[in-house]
Amino acid sequence: MSSTPKSLFEKVWERHIVEDESADRPAVLYIDLHLVHEVTSPQAFSELEARGLKVRRPDRTFATLDHSIPTLGPDAEGNRPYFTPQAKAQVETLERNTAAHGVKLFGWGSENRGVVHVIGPEMGLTQPGYTVVCGDSHTSTHGAFGCIAFGIGTSEVGHVLATQCLAQRKPKTMRITVNGELKPGVSGKDVALAIIQRLGFGGGTGYALEYTGPVIEALDMEGRMTVCNLSIEAGARCGMIAPDQKTVEWLRGRAYVPADYDAAAAEWLKLKTDDGAVFDDEIVIDGSVIEPMATWGTTPDQGGAISKGVPVASNENEVKALNYMGLHGGDSRSVAKVDVVFIGSCTNGRLADLRAAADILRGRKVAEGVRMLVVPGSEQVRIDAVAEGLDKVFTDAGAEWRLPGCSMCIAMNGDFVAPGQLAVSTSNRNFEGRQGPGSRTVLASPATAAASAIAGHVVDPRDYLQSA
Amino acid sequence: MSNQEPINTFSSRIAVLPEANIDTDQIIPARFLTTTTKAGLGDVAFNDWRYNADGSKKADFILNTIDASEHRVLVGGDNFGCGSSREHAPWALTDFGFKAVISTNIADIFKSNSLKNGLLPIVVTPEIHEKLLKNPQQRVTIDLEANSLTLEDGTVFTFAIEAFARQCLLEGVDAMGWILNRLPSIESYEQKTGKAA
Repeated sequence: MSSTPKSLFEKVWERHIVEDESADRPAVLYIDLHLVHEVTSPQAFSELEARGLKVRRPDRTFATLDHSIPTLGPDAEGNRPYFTPQAKAQVETLERNTAAHGVKLFGWGSENRGVVHVIGPEMGLTQPGYTVVCGDSHTSTHGAFGCIAFGIGTSEVGHVLATQCLAQRKPKTMRITVNGELKPGVSGKDVALAIIQRLGFGGGTGYALEYTGPVIEALDMEGRMTVCNLSIEAGARCGMIAPDQKTVEWLRGRAYVPADYDAAAAEWLKLKTDDGAVFDDEIVIDGSVIEPMATWGTTPDQGGAISKGVPVASNENEVKALNYMGLHGGDSRSVAKVDVVFIGSCTNGRLADLRAAADILRGRKVAEGVRMLVVPGSEQVRIDAVAEGLDKVFTDAGAEWRLPGCSMCIAMNGDFVAPGQLAVSTSNRNFEGRQGPGSRTVLASPATAAASAIAGHVVDPRDYLQSA
Repeated sequence: MSNQEPINTFSSRIAVLPEANIDTDQIIPARFLTTTTKAGLGDVAFNDWRYNADGSKKADFILNTIDASEHRVLVGGDNFGCGSSREHAPWALTDFGFKAVISTNIADIFKSNSLKNGLLPIVVTPEIHEKLLKNPQQRVTIDLEANSLTLEDGTVFTFAIEAFARQCLLEGVDAMGWILNRLPSIESYEQKTGKAA
């Protein structure tokens, strides 16, 4: 055993090396869990078929329907309202491909269908120390469980289907320590947006991040997933958090966890960065000064404390962003009227997120002229939310309650924000047109989104907290 | 079998999109991702920058003003290709006709996807980038054998590229075939770690 102190990332990485990297060859990295969805997999299955190959490890491959599926239910004849015939054909392609290759599909009718990064952890498919990949950049979410989890393109989806491995170069490592204690009313989403603002959009390019420190430890698993989910919004390859007792208790009893759970958990708890491990870069953030955040621009780093209002542009990019958003530097966030509020996505579509939004909305109404859409992240989240009466809180307030899916986060299923409309969204990207052509997106936490729905403009949710 | 034609040396005029943070939703909006093939995505490359709501072309947008067969090198602003993992982005750019993308920073997944599709991602210094932006009509020469980008004024920039990806591009090595050849090591790893099926 070498005595060189190692980071969590290095420990998990080394356990998955099939062949070492050299100057002219990348490492061959073993993948424990491959998650598949309808949008980025059809061409990969075609590639396998063109070569006469089968999915090598269907027992490590799980598929779901989330990106392009309608969030409204079927009509009386059972026809689902797909946005286009092509979207329907894409879903049928995945149904056919998974059947042909013996891959488990959590499809229509499954009580486990949902957004891929919600269902992986929910079923205990995601386990500490794993390598997890999916043809989706927000795969970084699973890093909250101490996994190396990253998004891949369709060619690589094919490589993993065929071999359960990827050719990879080891990324650089960065430790992000968030010290102090969060103020009441500040969530994991606010922490993530503050980290991205600090790193800059693209500031994490080439890095695997490890989040640590008292603020990260104090977050619940849902909050940790939100933080890891947004790693890619700083350009990072992945983000991870060391497993602790909270991780172990959260996963206990889930469908796919090991039979000898306590023995597995004891191993998981050993996965942590050694004292003295060296990172390529380190940043330290004071969590006690983070306030509820909202973006004002067209990249996730263009955000700030809601209380500080819309900043005055300091460069050409910011001028362009504010112009696109229809916002004016120096204005209070109360000036711009909100048209749409979206609660959901792999970033904030979990039960804890819906509870945070419902706590603010309970007994209140969505402002006149605001359309609010609440989309649970999975069937399980939907079932649990209904059992708690959260759906009723939302519909009583005037919001639409939908079936699980990616919905208005990626806006390819017909759930669009109209051109020029301003949306407050709990999702992950505020790019131009992300939520539909000409749409304008403000990223914020579930509490902020709910409070903004009531106010009709972006507000600090702390003014809307109600005692339980 | 190869995924793409080998690349070695080529000269081309550049097409410049100077905006920083050109994300994959700009390169190809998500609503075009319901396809099950790779074909024809060049038509919707930069769709929302390229077309008006009525489907007519925006006359001043660069991709509407160039001859794709003459302009094979796209120069973008900093942090090009950020955002999603959609391989549809390089599929759209190569289908349009591009063979290389140049920026001061190129996002990881986009870079990896590009290398698998014969689209050469070249990261340059701010000085070289400025020279490209200052003369957006120029012709450049890219020599992958020499890792060099030569500007019209004769400036030669040596770019970095991951060695294996470079070999794949130069020789048209099939990345899927390469990893399939690792199967004996993969099986032995699975046995050793108790991960065998």
